[in-house]
Amino acid sequence: MTTATTTGLPRLLPRDGGRPEDWRLHMARFGPIPYRGSTGRLIDDVREAGLTGRGGAAFPAHRKLAAVAEAAANQRVRPVVIANGAEGEPASDKDATLLWLAPHLVLDGLQLAAEAAGADRAILYTHEDRRDDVGRRLRAELRQRRDDRVDVVLATAPPRFLAGQETALVNHLGGGPAVPRFPLPRVTERGLDGVPTLVQNAETLAHMALIARYGPRWFRQLGTGAEPGSLLTTVRRGGDGRPRIVEVPFGVPLMSLLGDLEDAGAVLVGGYHGTWLPTAQAMRLRLDNESLRSAGAAVGAGILAALPGDRCGLAETARVVRYLALESAGQCGPCLNGLPRMSAALTALATGRAAGRAAASARADLERWAGLVTGRGACHHPDGTARFVRSALRTFAGELDRHERGRCGAANRAPYLPVPSLTARTEEDWL
Amino acid sequence: MSEKLLVNPIDCDGHGACAELLPEMITLDEWGYPVIDDRPVPPALARDARSAVSACPKLALRLTRS
Repeated sequence: MTTATTTGLPRLLPRDGGRPEDWRLHMARFGPIPYRGSTGRLIDDVREAGLTGRGGAAFPAHRKLAAVAEAAANQRVRPVVIANGAEGEPASDKDATLLWLAPHLVLDGLQLAAEAAGADRAILYTHEDRRDDVGRRLRAELRQRRDDRVDVVLATAPPRFLAGQETALVNHLGGGPAVPRFPLPRVTERGLDGVPTLVQNAETLAHMALIARYGPRWFRQLGTGAEPGSLLTTVRRGGDGRPRIVEVPFGVPLMSLLGDLEDAGAVLVGGYHGTWLPTAQAMRLRLDNESLRSAGAAVGAGILAALPGDRCGLAETARVVRYLALESAGQCGPCLNGLPRMSAALTALATGRAAGRAAASARADLERWAGLVTGRGACHHPDGTARFVRSALRTFAGELDRHERGRCGAANRAPYLPVPSLTARTEEDWL
Repeated sequence: MSEKLLVNPIDCDGHGACAELLPEMITLDEWGYPVIDDRPVPPALARDARSAVSACPKLALRLTRS
C-alpha cells in the first residue's frame, strides 16, 4: 500500500531550491563514488531496491544490468554503458533539469553501472544545446571528476521525438540516423558496435548512485511496494503552461501535484504517448502504475498537464498528433500510412471541417486506424500515438459532439501543449 | 515446440505474397501491409507458412521458435 510520505525529498535535485551542484557541492553533499569492488554487486542492491526505469517504460533496472553483464561475459567482450539524457518528448523537461542541476549524480550512476556491467566505455547522450549550453558545462564538470574509472564521451542527440528510443540511439551513436531498428537482437545482446549495450535513462542512473550509497532499504522508504522511491515529474497547469519539475514519491495523489482542478478541461498523463483523462477521474488517481492502470493510463516519464478549461482538447490533440505523424521515421508501413491519416481526420474534426455524417465517419476511421497501427511498428511510436488518440476520443466525446454541430467550447485558441515548429524533412534532420 | 510468424515491419514493403500463400494467418490491411496472426502456426499450415516465408521478396517474414 502507498506510503506517500515526502520526508527526505528531494533526493536527486538540490535542496536549496535550484542552485546547480558543481563537483565541489556534489562532493560536499554525497561524497565520493562508492565503487563496489566487483562486477555485479550493485545489481543485487538495485534488485532489492526495486528500481524501475524512469525513461517511460518502467522496466526493472536490475534486469537490464544483469542482461548486459551476462551477455558480455558469454561473448567475452566488454560492453558499453550509455546514460540516456535525450528527452525528445516536448512536454518533458525533467532529464534536462536533472543534468543541469545535479549532473554528477547521473555521472556517478554511469560509473557504477559501468563497473556492474564490466564496461570499459561510457557515453552521455543529451540534447547539448537545449538549455543554456549544457554541453559546455558538462564537459567542464567532467574534467573535475578525478575518480572516474571509465572515460565518459559526450554525444549529442538530434532534436527528434524518437532520438532517445533505445535502438534509434544506438543507430545514431553508430554514425547513422536516429531512427529505430528492428528490436531483435536486443541491444543488451548486440548494440553499439555489435557489443552488449546498456541504455539507461539519466534519472535512473542518478537513483542508482543513491542506492549504492544508502542501500535498498533507504530507497524503499518512499513510494509504493511495487514502485519504490521517488521520481521526477514535469507538471503543467494554469495559463502560461510553463512546466515545474517536481520530485515526488510514487503513489502521490495527482490532486496534490496538480492542485484544485475544478476549472480544468482534462488531464494528460504520461505525455504525447500517454492518456487524456477527465478531470474528475484524474482527481481520484495516484501517480503509480497500479493506480493509473485502472484508468488505462501509465506514469510514463512523469509528465502531467492540466488542460485549462478555456482550451479545446480536440485542437490540442490534433496539433500534437500532426507533430507525432511528422516525427514518424516513416520506416514501417502502418505508421507511415496510419499516422498522417489520423492527423488529417483529427484536424478536420477539430476545425469543424468535418461535420455531420463526415464527422461520424472520421471518428470511426480514427478508431479503426488506431487499432490498425497498434503493435505493428518496429518501435512503439504508433502504439503510443494510437493510445493518445483513443483517449482523446473518449475524454473529449462531448467536445466532438459539439464540433459535429459546428460549435467549439474553447474561448482561448492559443496553443497550450508545447510542439516544436521544426520537423524533419530530409534524412539529414535525423543525424 | 511451436513456431510463430514474425514480420520485420521496417523491411516489409507490402508486396503481399505472404497473404496469398497463407490467407488463414495473414491478411492485408487497407494499405497492403500484412496483419499477422501471432498464435503458434498449426501443424496443418506449417508447409504454407514456410512457403510464405520464402516467397517474401524482402526476406521480411520469418518463423521463430517459442
